Amino acid sequence: MTGGRVVVVGNGMVGQRFTEALRARDTGRRWQVTVLAEERRPAYDRVRLSAFFDGVSAEELNLHTPDDGVELRLGEAATAIDRERRVVVTAAGEHPYDAVVLATGSYPFVPPVAGRDLPGVFVYRTLDDLEAIREHARGRRVGAVIGGGLLGLEAANALRLLGLATHVVEFAPRLMPVQVDEAGGAMLRRYVEELGVTTHLGVATTALRPGADGAVAALELSDGRTVDAELVVVAAGIRPRDDLARAAGLELGPRGGVLVDATCRTGDERIWAVGECAAVDGVCHGLVAPGYATAEVVADRLLGGAATFPGADTATKLKLLGVDVASFGDAHGTTEGSLDVTFTDPATRSYAKLVLSDDATTLLGGVLVGDASAYPTLRASVGGPLPAAPLALLAPAGGAAAGAGALPGSAQVCSCNAVTRDDIDAAIAGGCADVPALKACTRAGTSCGSCVPMLKQLLDAAGVKQSTALCEHFDLSRQELFDVVRVRGIRTFSRLIAEHGRGRGCDICKPVVASILASLGTGHVLDGERASLQDTNDAYLANLQRDGSYSVVPRIPGGEITPEKLIVIGQVAQEFKLYTKITGGQRIDLFGARVDQLPQIWRRLVDAGFESGHAYGKALRTVKSCVGETWCRYGVQDSVGLAVALELRYRGLRAPHKLKSAVSGCARECAEARSKDFGIIATDTGWNLYVGGNGGFRPRHADLFATDLSTAELIPLIDRFLMYYIRTADRLQRTAAWIEAMEGGLDHLRAVIVDDSLGLCAELEAEMARHVAGYSDEWRDVLDDPERLRRFTSFVNAPDVPDPSITFAVERGQPVPAGRARPVAAAAAPDGEAPARRRQPVTLGLPEVRR
Amino acid sequence: MSIATDTSTRRPAADAPGWSPVCPLERLEPERGVAALVDGAQVALFRTGDELFALDNLDPIGGAYVLSRGIVGSRGGTPTVASPLHKQVYDLRTGACLDLPGVAVPRHDVRCRDGLVEVRLRREG
Repeated sequence: MTGGRVVVVGNGMVGQRFTEALRARDTGRRWQVTVLAEERRPAYDRVRLSAFFDGVSAEELNLHTPDDGVELRLGEAATAIDRERRVVVTAAGEHPYDAVVLATGSYPFVPPVAGRDLPGVFVYRTLDDLEAIREHARGRRVGAVIGGGLLGLEAANALRLLGLATHVVEFAPRLMPVQVDEAGGAMLRRYVEELGVTTHLGVATTALRPGADGAVAALELSDGRTVDAELVVVAAGIRPRDDLARAAGLELGPRGGVLVDATCRTGDERIWAVGECAAVDGVCHGLVAPGYATAEVVADRLLGGAATFPGADTATKLKLLGVDVASFGDAHGTTEGSLDVTFTDPATRSYAKLVLSDDATTLLGGVLVGDASAYPTLRASVGGPLPAAPLALLAPAGGAAAGAGALPGSAQVCSCNAVTRDDIDAAIAGGCADVPALKACTRAGTSCGSCVPMLKQLLDAAGVKQSTALCEHFDLSRQELFDVVRVRGIRTFSRLIAEHGRGRGCDICKPVVASILASLGTGHVLDGERASLQDTNDAYLANLQRDGSYSVVPRIPGGEITPEKLIVIGQVAQEFKLYTKITGGQRIDLFGARVDQLPQIWRRLVDAGFESGHAYGKALRTVKSCVGETWCRYGVQDSVGLAVALELRYRGLRAPHKLKSAVSGCARECAEARSKDFGIIATDTGWNLYVGGNGGFRPRHADLFATDLSTAELIPLIDRFLMYYIRTADRLQRTAAWIEAMEGGLDHLRAVIVDDSLGLCAELEAEMARHVAGYSDEWRDVLDDPERLRRFTSFVNAPDVPDPSITFAVERGQPVPAGRARPVAAAAAPDGEAPARRRQPVTLGLPEVRR
Repeated sequence: MSIATDTSTRRPAADAPGWSPVCPLERLEPERGVAALVDGAQVALFRTGDELFALDNLDPIGGAYVLSRGIVGSRGGTPTVASPLHKQVYDLRTGACLDLPGVAVPRHDVRCRDGLVEVRLRREG
């Protein structure tokens, strides 16, 4: 049986992973896949569920990508498996199968206490649960969580974020009893209580009592006390969902769960089980990493492979209520003769425990609370020799000091995706020279991300130097150059290269220095020596096109323009016979201008009140906007007004890469603000700021950075964000990559520009204030200066002769470059094997555009 | 920059081009290029340090007459210009492309006499 119809019951994280794994391996399309999903949403990241309360949208948690080889039936729960007729039954019909994969997960266990069905009592399992919790929390003040384990503490944090005073009731004498030992639990409790969460340990909830409105109002505890709470989340553990299997007569594990062997197959050779509902050799695993492992096993088996369940990695690392907690291997020291080494530091408030074999040579497991920086190295070392002396490992930042270089080849570096050190080393040997390449090649670091620091260390250990030198002329990185220029007050490239570099410079370092000088407000970009540093777009203040002509883009702030100005643009285009196109950034691009025409075109535009749109620079381009509350029925703020203000504030700002922005007047997001380097979306009470998005090669949505800001709060935040980016980003690094590469990522960025952790904010704001005050239109400055104007000729010895190589054909009634076939040399370029591009005739079969 | 120099250097025959005066030296800005029309041909002239270079203005990869608008610099000890279209780097002395073996731009002779820049086209092949 290595083909046919497979019905997957469940579209949680593991069911989704199984589907993806099967589709990736089943290149011959032997299996036709049907997925039955009880929820109406396709698979989402349940591990990051709590991020929903941090402003992360349901869409961002989505794990599902459409696949034409998979039929996903949302909102259609399986109700029975008829093994004789080989059909899975749902309320909507029957699905015949050759194989069934049960991925039904688990359900939250709710202890049988009185009042558990009262309104205001919730579980914490699905996005629907979270939405219901948020709804009920509105206007209420006190909440409680039953259960102080991992999920319970997450739920407690969620209630805090919803503004509720929060209680946690845990039956065990410590928090996180499964993962953490007594001393670790005590440390954790101190952190949690400092956050204002009240803990009640060693007590059970005996009943829930309603208030006057019929909803829950209080918890009665086993020690006789009563805790008032208007919202209760039950997070008291999970149970495997095995009812379907039970009804179908399949054997269950001793503590429930669908009993399967190490191949994840049930007693029925056509039925398999994966994830939390599967009792592999009798044991259920409630974590995603072992679940993923079972998904991979079944995908392999269905295609005739021989994979078996490799054993569960129960390691967990979490940031619970802002506290790092990690637990791995034999955390409780249950191995016979095992030894403990513990380390408690009240000053840094960290606790660590290592469990070692009886001869103290082999690491068996451990617990970390407060500082979990050693976790990746330690977890990967479980079962092998210690990478360093125990005390060195446990000292603050010990894990980093020990280094990943000491790990054995079989050590699992990324447990989410089962990637070993050998896999990583092989990828490095195969040419992966940085972390993004390793991620793409091995999948390591693409799930929880905790192993990313180790990937860097392994690159170092393999001798892959990730040089930050800008080019052969400068050993400094762009950030270092920026600091040198700023601190030493250097204002010319020749002095900079004489004192800090070598040679004459090149097309890499010259534009970087030009950009740094421009960001620091050192005068017109074409003055003196600076002209020779500019890339051709900046050198002619226009965008070079394929035929050697340029395009012209006047600024239209926020996309708002008067009819008079529109007419001028039309007249200029007509007069100079320019191709005209409305761009993606709400501006009008005029193509086909020769170098010698640029000043004449701009004379007309400047006289009509236009200024440079900086479409040619690594600079702020546009701030798009929707219509906003002025006209739109849905708009809640003046998005156009803000977009215009922002575009004018940051116009001319040179940066390591082009910058784009947008403002949407409501959550409908018509301006697509989340695909921008910084985007703003209006709320009922103010503005939400998103940062680090981009379109382009690797599209990326921006992350929510700050919420419900007044305009007065918003502007300084953007000022600091932009200036910090300009100061510290690499050459041609967009904001998304800049934040991703930052140690600490978005949290670090927030610390620097919201909490002022580096004491830089005032300086960054002052630098922006200088930029805003010093702005003057580059084209107006050129037109006013005959020296600058002299450069805008096609030929130095024939200023009145137009470039004869620039000629036009007509397409859809407008001029386009004539003779667009690429020259012969292009066929050999750039790597010798790319075939010459063939232009697709798009007019074929399309109706003629009527004019 | 005398008239006499101009007349004496005019090219003697069509198949053996001579020196053509182009412009005063100060019209070439240091570390930059300009385009010139010489006998109907587009020539890119560069001034770096004390040296003058002349190449065809046509970028052989991109197919547009734009090399004069590239960034001038060096690679190793070699003076270079990078095409503004797709940044391939050419040796200013020989016209050879340093990024793509086998690709080259024709070069021309250039000199400065009495403050005047002169070009002599080379028509190989």
